[in-house]
Amino acid sequence: MITCPIPKNEYEKVLLAHGGGGKLTHQLIEKIFVSQFNNELLNEQNDSAVFNIENAKLAFTTDSYVVQPIFFPGGNIGELAVNGTVNDLAVAGAKPLYLSTGFIIEEGLPFEDLWKIVLSMKEAADKAGVKIVTGDTKVVERGKGDKVFINTSGIGAVYNNLYISPRNCKAGDLIILSGKIGDHGIAIMSAREGLEFETEILSDTAPLNGLVEAMINSSKNIKMMRDITRGGLSSSLNEIASSAGVGIEIEEDKIPINEQVIGACEILGLDPLYIANEGKLVAFVNPNDSEKVLNSMKNHEFGIDAEIIGEVVEDHPGRVVMKTSIGSKRIVDMISGEQLPRIC
Amino acid sequence: MKYVQEYRDSTLVKNLKNKIEELTTQSWSIMEICGGQTHAIMKYNIEELLPESITLIHGPGCPVCVTPLEKIDKAINIASRKDVIFTTYGDMMRVPGSKDDLLTVKANGSDVRMVYSPLDAVKIAESNPNKKVVFFAVGFETTAPANAASVLEAKRRGLKNFSLLASHVLVPPAIEALLSDSTAKIDGFLAAGHVCTVMGYNEYQPLVEKYKTPIVVTGFEPVDIMQGIYMVVKQLEEGRADLENQYSRVVLKDGNLAAKNVTFSVYEVGDMTWRGIGVIPNSGYNISEKYSEFDAEKIFDIEDLKVEEPESCIAGLILQGKKKPIECGEFGINCTPEHPLGAPMVSTEGACAAYFHYK
Repeated sequence: MITCPIPKNEYEKVLLAHGGGGKLTHQLIEKIFVSQFNNELLNEQNDSAVFNIENAKLAFTTDSYVVQPIFFPGGNIGELAVNGTVNDLAVAGAKPLYLSTGFIIEEGLPFEDLWKIVLSMKEAADKAGVKIVTGDTKVVERGKGDKVFINTSGIGAVYNNLYISPRNCKAGDLIILSGKIGDHGIAIMSAREGLEFETEILSDTAPLNGLVEAMINSSKNIKMMRDITRGGLSSSLNEIASSAGVGIEIEEDKIPINEQVIGACEILGLDPLYIANEGKLVAFVNPNDSEKVLNSMKNHEFGIDAEIIGEVVEDHPGRVVMKTSIGSKRIVDMISGEQLPRIC
Repeated sequence: MKYVQEYRDSTLVKNLKNKIEELTTQSWSIMEICGGQTHAIMKYNIEELLPESITLIHGPGCPVCVTPLEKIDKAINIASRKDVIFTTYGDMMRVPGSKDDLLTVKANGSDVRMVYSPLDAVKIAESNPNKKVVFFAVGFETTAPANAASVLEAKRRGLKNFSLLASHVLVPPAIEALLSDSTAKIDGFLAAGHVCTVMGYNEYQPLVEKYKTPIVVTGFEPVDIMQGIYMVVKQLEEGRADLENQYSRVVLKDGNLAAKNVTFSVYEVGDMTWRGIGVIPNSGYNISEKYSEFDAEKIFDIEDLKVEEPESCIAGLILQGKKKPIECGEFGINCTPEHPLGAPMVSTEGACAAYFHYK
């Protein structure tokens, strides 16, 4: 037997923080999973694996949804599960086609809730133009699950042999963010903790395949895309900077954020750069095509607030640096575990 | 957004930057007391905007960092019991005790919950009458009123299953300890705006006079901090030592009387141990005898805990401003936010974590 690669002086058990999308999650994935499953497709560590079968270039991905509460302002676990997998395929440059779904249901879940979830999955699938073609159901004893967990996997066909990869990123490429960040995380947090704000903040859950299609039609020079989910914008940019071996510079003033989200973050001591999203992507684009791509995004319902937020640079490879609103520069690090609210 | 974005205005910051440059003729060391200020200084990299002759020293004002190890171990001891729901502010979860942290205790199956307000813990107590609900009441003068209010509220609701594990520290005695230490060379202080919002700033007048050192009550946004630094440097260059208030949009001279009344109805001042520094006389709040039924340390029978800090952690020197985090041999190697050796690496307000994330 191979000994566990997580060093003894570190945590001996899995913590919630290992699921936070930050450094601990990365450590878990790298040391436990990638080290053993190790193959060239997995090692790319993109949102989807992309491979050829016969003459077709396909994208394949999977994601599990354990959000609590299962109904939250702006959505529920069902549409999240469809949109999330659709988005992982879309940002690989693929047209999402077929989804599978697995339900782990806790004994006692009201049928009415399950029905609502299924209806919204159907609606989300119709909206994204995908079919849910296979599935699985398990029921666990009360107390052994949390109402319902949903897994979805998806297959998509890659557009025109597109090659979306961090390896394409070069100094000078511009970085486009598709809209305002932080809505989903704050919506969940306020539902979970019973925080009430003057205006309700809604989750941004949305299928991004239409947006991606518009972008791809506007330019052949989209080099890299990622949907920014758990761990927030900072984690996505740090992942790309480190796998591409390039530096990234962004400008704080260019990053679109809802005023309510800024306010909620101020109150809770959180940083919007680390808050989860469920309907946003970042794209790395050749500077000559950036205006074309940006315009195509602004003309789409899920990209109205898109902005160019920064660029790829030669300096500080693997690091993300931000020009702050007061004109100084600082490093934007990847979150370590979960973002914990401060005392004061 | 009103009252936030205005204080992050780049033109105002630039004006203050120029004014500080014009004014400064010699080297000055200024300590910001509060961890919230340290965090803002790192987040906006304010040091980049200051002349090289001005050094900012990061003070002991991170409540997570100075909570004594023994208290953390007590928290872990109480939280591990089957009949307890242990509630805490988020950033206490990852502070290393001598063996574990609260996150690990939670992963081992104990009921540890993160709350945003001690009053939420009171609600949890009310809806779980068969459990003992303990709130980890940590913080400076700032969090004391809300924590005290939770005790008053629990009493009003007649709850017998709610208590505080209290560990409160006070700013003025810490400043005095630093000023009376001849090895710490600090020319002026930015006092903590939020602490003064509650307490006012009368307490600082005797310190200014006794130690002839300027103290400026300062806010937390970049413009506030730059203006606070400007006001301290101006005093130093003019050879003055006065007590001034930069954060006048929030802080009144006498503070918040209602909040102070609530605090002193539940707490009394006593000696307190500061992690990494030691005992400072009259530097903390203890739950008064009248409310001892809400004092977790009196309710739970905890045998004497043996506590040992990791030898290589220099948190004490860092909290007193005698060393910078990057001067520590463990920084970024054996001590990271994922696996902190000492508390300053845990909280975003801790000097080490702030250096690690932003430098």
